[in-house]
Amino acid sequence: MHEMSIAEGVLQLIEDAAEREGFRQVKTIWVEIGRLSGVEAEALAFCFDAVTRGSIAEGAAFEIVPVPGLGRCHECGKESELEAVYDACRHCGAVPVEVIGGTEMRVKELEVD
Amino acid sequence: MCTTCGCGHGETRIEGDALHSHDHDHEHEHVHADGTRHVHSHSHDGGDSHDHAHAHDHSHGHAYRPAHSHAPGMAKGRMVQIEQDILAKNDAYARQNREQFARRGIFALNLVSSPGSGKTTLLCKTIEALAGRKPVAVIEGDQQTSQDAERIRATGAPAIQINTGKGCHLDAHMVGHAFGQLPLQDDSLLMIENVGNLVCPASFDLGEAHKVVILSVTEGEDKPIKYPDMFAAAKLMLLNKCDLLPYLSFDVDAAIAFARRVNPNIEVIRTSATSGAGMDDWLAWIEKGAAAARK
Repeated sequence: MHEMSIAEGVLQLIEDAAEREGFRQVKTIWVEIGRLSGVEAEALAFCFDAVTRGSIAEGAAFEIVPVPGLGRCHECGKESELEAVYDACRHCGAVPVEVIGGTEMRVKELEVD
Repeated sequence: MCTTCGCGHGETRIEGDALHSHDHDHEHEHVHADGTRHVHSHSHDGGDSHDHAHAHDHSHGHAYRPAHSHAPGMAKGRMVQIEQDILAKNDAYARQNREQFARRGIFALNLVSSPGSGKTTLLCKTIEALAGRKPVAVIEGDQQTSQDAERIRATGAPAIQINTGKGCHLDAHMVGHAFGQLPLQDDSLLMIENVGNLVCPASFDLGEAHKVVILSVTEGEDKPIKYPDMFAAAKLMLLNKCDLLPYLSFDVDAAIAFARRVNPNIEVIRTSATSGAGMDDWLAWIEKGAAAARK
């Protein structure tokens, strides 16, 4: 259940930003979660709700921006969407493909008061 | 709250003491992704008695969206761009640990596996085999008890126990604190035994040189594709308890093929802590890495 630590990390980034930018309340938060990041989006939203109680982000809408997994084939050089890190190239069937996207976990943007 | 770095680390304990009760001299500062450094002191301990009044309606169709949608006519707030990695803080601590290890010639390994793979036994045998050749110290991670650290200390090696409470993994911040309390010579080997869990520790860099994943042959050979993140993150897979192979239907070649499907570069050594098989290869692998890390 490392989604709890990830949610605490999100809250820390928000609190650091509040210190920097001087806002008191977060209304919406947009978070990019890659398909291959190892984080379950629904569990993260649930944990975020729990860890933000009593904080400036309490009650904020938690918007997850899903990012598909992306790989580049060593054989044919083409890119494929990946559901898992071990998926074969969709064009020529070669394995493994190099993961080039979809591992990110980023706080993108906040709507604040 | 921690007096050195302002962390409020919940249930984490090192050698039975909460992180904040130690007045040790391990330096720590918060480094943000944008490069600013400071010591700050917020805590997250206000949640228990707080009266949580707003209602959550999870019954609509948006799985990822708690229903805090704005009331009609509510003014749109100011937008603040963040664009920061969520694990940036952990990664900054990991970087500090890594720099410290490099300065002191320490070769650090992060041992990861499911519970019951034989990590601690393998570790004890490894320490015994290295006695007189290489100083070893151990950071032990478990949710509860200090039994593993006691087993390690019985071999003569210094060990520090981190109890993560409900936590399912070690993070770089805990390891930095534990490292500061560990009497460790320069040019040592530091073994960090993570919480037994094939999922969560994959995401948290501790500052180690490599992750070493231990898969015992009493588990399923398809674990590498069931838990691919961990095998993708590891440099070496130890296939442990190999002395039991005659009694099992475990397919070694299939297990290695699954691991290589996830991570084509993963190295594999077959070991048995009980019979000693493969231990020479494992020790040679350690010594090669340690020689490269030496000051």
